[in-house]
Amino acid sequence: MTKQLLKGNVAIAEAAVRYGLQAYFGYPITPQTELLEYLSKRMPELGRVFVQAESELGAVNMVYGAACTGARVMSSSSSPGVSLMLEGLSYIAGTELPAVFVDVMRGGPGLGNIAPSQQDYNQIVHGGGHGDYYPIVLAPANIQEAIDYIGLAFTLAEKYRSLAILLIDGCLGQMMEPAELPEMQPVRTVYPAWAARGAAGREPIIHTSIYLNPLDQEKTNLRILSRWREVQAKEIRFRGYYLDDAKYAIIAFGTAGRVALSAVRAARNAGIKVGMFRPITLAPFPAQAIRELSERLEGILVVEMNSGQMLEDVLANTHNRAAVEFYGRPGGNIPLADDILTEIKRIAQGKSTLNGHPRDRWVDRMLAANPGA
Amino acid sequence: MDEFSKETLVYERPNTLTDFTTHYCPGCTHGIAHRLTAEVLEEMNARERAVGVASVGCSVFAYNYFNFDFVQAPHGRAPAMATGVKRLLPDRIVFTYQGDGDLASIGMSEIVAAAARGENITVVFINNTNYGMTGGQMAPTTLPGQVTTSSPHGRDVETAGFPIRVSEMLSTLDGATYVVRRSLHDPKNIRMAKKALRIAFTVQERGLGFSMVELLSTCPTNWGMTPMESLHWVETKMIPYYPVGDYKVAPVVAEIKV
Amino acid sequence: MQVEIMIAGFGGQGVLFAGQLLAYAAMNKDYHVTWYPSYGPEMRGGTANCTVIIADEEIGAPVVGYPQVIMVMNRPSLDKYEGIVKPGGFLIVNTSIIDRAVERKDIQVINVPANQIAEKIGDKRMTNMVMLGALLANLPLLSNEEIAAELRTHLPQRHQNLIGANIQALEEGARFQQEPA
Repeated sequence: MTKQLLKGNVAIAEAAVRYGLQAYFGYPITPQTELLEYLSKRMPELGRVFVQAESELGAVNMVYGAACTGARVMSSSSSPGVSLMLEGLSYIAGTELPAVFVDVMRGGPGLGNIAPSQQDYNQIVHGGGHGDYYPIVLAPANIQEAIDYIGLAFTLAEKYRSLAILLIDGCLGQMMEPAELPEMQPVRTVYPAWAARGAAGREPIIHTSIYLNPLDQEKTNLRILSRWREVQAKEIRFRGYYLDDAKYAIIAFGTAGRVALSAVRAARNAGIKVGMFRPITLAPFPAQAIRELSERLEGILVVEMNSGQMLEDVLANTHNRAAVEFYGRPGGNIPLADDILTEIKRIAQGKSTLNGHPRDRWVDRMLAANPGA
Repeated sequence: MDEFSKETLVYERPNTLTDFTTHYCPGCTHGIAHRLTAEVLEEMNARERAVGVASVGCSVFAYNYFNFDFVQAPHGRAPAMATGVKRLLPDRIVFTYQGDGDLASIGMSEIVAAAARGENITVVFINNTNYGMTGGQMAPTTLPGQVTTSSPHGRDVETAGFPIRVSEMLSTLDGATYVVRRSLHDPKNIRMAKKALRIAFTVQERGLGFSMVELLSTCPTNWGMTPMESLHWVETKMIPYYPVGDYKVAPVVAEIKV
Repeated sequence: MQVEIMIAGFGGQGVLFAGQLLAYAAMNKDYHVTWYPSYGPEMRGGTANCTVIIADEEIGAPVVGYPQVIMVMNRPSLDKYEGIVKPGGFLIVNTSIIDRAVERKDIQVINVPANQIAEKIGDKRMTNMVMLGALLANLPLLSNEEIAAELRTHLPQRHQNLIGANIQALEEGARFQQEPA
């Protein structure tokens, strides 16, 4: 296969098709709509299922039903639409079914805007829906990774009977980049034993998330958790840049990670020994690797396109061993590499501290720069 | 017909029902609705190709009583979930079993959209004019003046609006093929209900599109009546508001002989 | 090496497509490349822009604060983006419909009456190709031939008869090469 110039949303859609997607259910919302539009043409021409649902509630429950049959199935949406889907995500998780979702995040809260953002980190990584459940969350930073990780999302979802969510933002959804698509893979013809496809020659299979006896529910909670611990042990992924001799590091994911890479290169050119750590699995979170970084680095800068959501997960693992600072651009703004460079320089000048909370220091700087806010 | 003159077994469970004892209250007609649905599926030899979608409400445990594959939907979403199942398994018999709170209130969007799409599923819709599972609150189907635990002075249409006649409403959709209302208050109506269910499932089996049978049902516990009073209430109070009848019968349904 | 190019104008001026041609040609020359469009309300307001970044290593940020090259197809784009051209960079201006001069002195300005040239060739829709020709003449990363090859591949079938005219537009634009300072 050769490289093609592909738009993120379209690349994910076609990659999902080639990884054997059997059914897609969705609802239009910017900036993910091209994914739905592409599949509205592509799926029927392959004799596969496409339904434009009446709402995100409809879409997620169509996914739920289709997942009960053991099919490879997905939906996609963007932040406000994902909020609506959370009910279904909790049910799918509670029923222990595999399903894949793509969240192309935009600015908010509320209706917000359609510009790129990472505002859904907490909503996706830390549940959002009710109950103890643990979706696998993959955060690509370029189109090739988006293609590769939609395939990985299906594999992991099915291996662990889990939700797998590809978390990107409007920038990755809308941008084009050269990337290679996988070969077309055959659609599944053999189904897992748990698939509800008609009780021919067997006892009925029931898929439900109701366990009226609290002891039964607790057993289910523990079963889901022990599966999650296996995911934590085996499936953590991240990428490091210039970390070998680094005194400082940026921790950032997705689009924020790629902008940070530009800043890191500029800082290196200015003689500052800074590296970058980019989590690819936001869940399971690369806690151990960040713990180790915090033991050998002088300072860490967390960069996000929100007000500091992953920041809390980083802080939970650095334990005040290294000073942590934060730079964020919420509301649908992509940070500029120059502004991140300024933060790196500030840290390299020893202007970071272990006192107080990095978010507070960041907010003070932001408010000082925007007196009208 | 001499079958009643001999001491032979004249009643047994259809193979589509388990031998669970239901949790339904004495006098509740859910049991009848289950039985009719199960009988029809057995007669259609559909046990091995049926997938039911349970809803939230008193029928939340329907999957314990039916002896075939079942999935359990979030409140109101059964038609969407059934859509997902049916689109992946177009040759299976897929149906939802929903109450009036589930279907006509929180799930109104999903039922209307499924009917409008002409989704090839069957809906068994139990209308007992209240939320039974949670203890008898006002539902979209609660009659004007009817006392419930959340309309203690009777449903006041000035503030709580009017009941929704679901069958009439869905019958306006081009996507709906077969939409009828039946009642479970006496043997004659029960036989009519079974026939309607047979037609509805046959509509689906033949790929003709969306079918729904609304069943007027009792809720003696929450209505505060004896079973007999409840049956009488269905006949004298519900049917005048919710007339039994065929609301949408697409011409193609005429070819179905039951 | 990394070059950042922003193309801005009215919707319908072929802004996004011109950027895509650059991206395709860069990809086929084995460069790393990103193409990032404005989308949504901004687009619906009638203006469009895209940023193309071409580099010889993995590209970080797909948008930058100060692009080295900005091509402005209309007056609102000039007003909005004149201030962010990187000092020493290029601003390529469609003077046919932009009625003011560039104020900055620390950048190189290439004035191209692109609408008039395109109309002379026969079709106003080729304005973007005239501008692109001027851009590439001053930033010799990609040749007109390489862009022409992408036109053959990516121009919709119904417009394939315009390939010759498009190439002519590129060449006409290329005559606006800045004298080295």
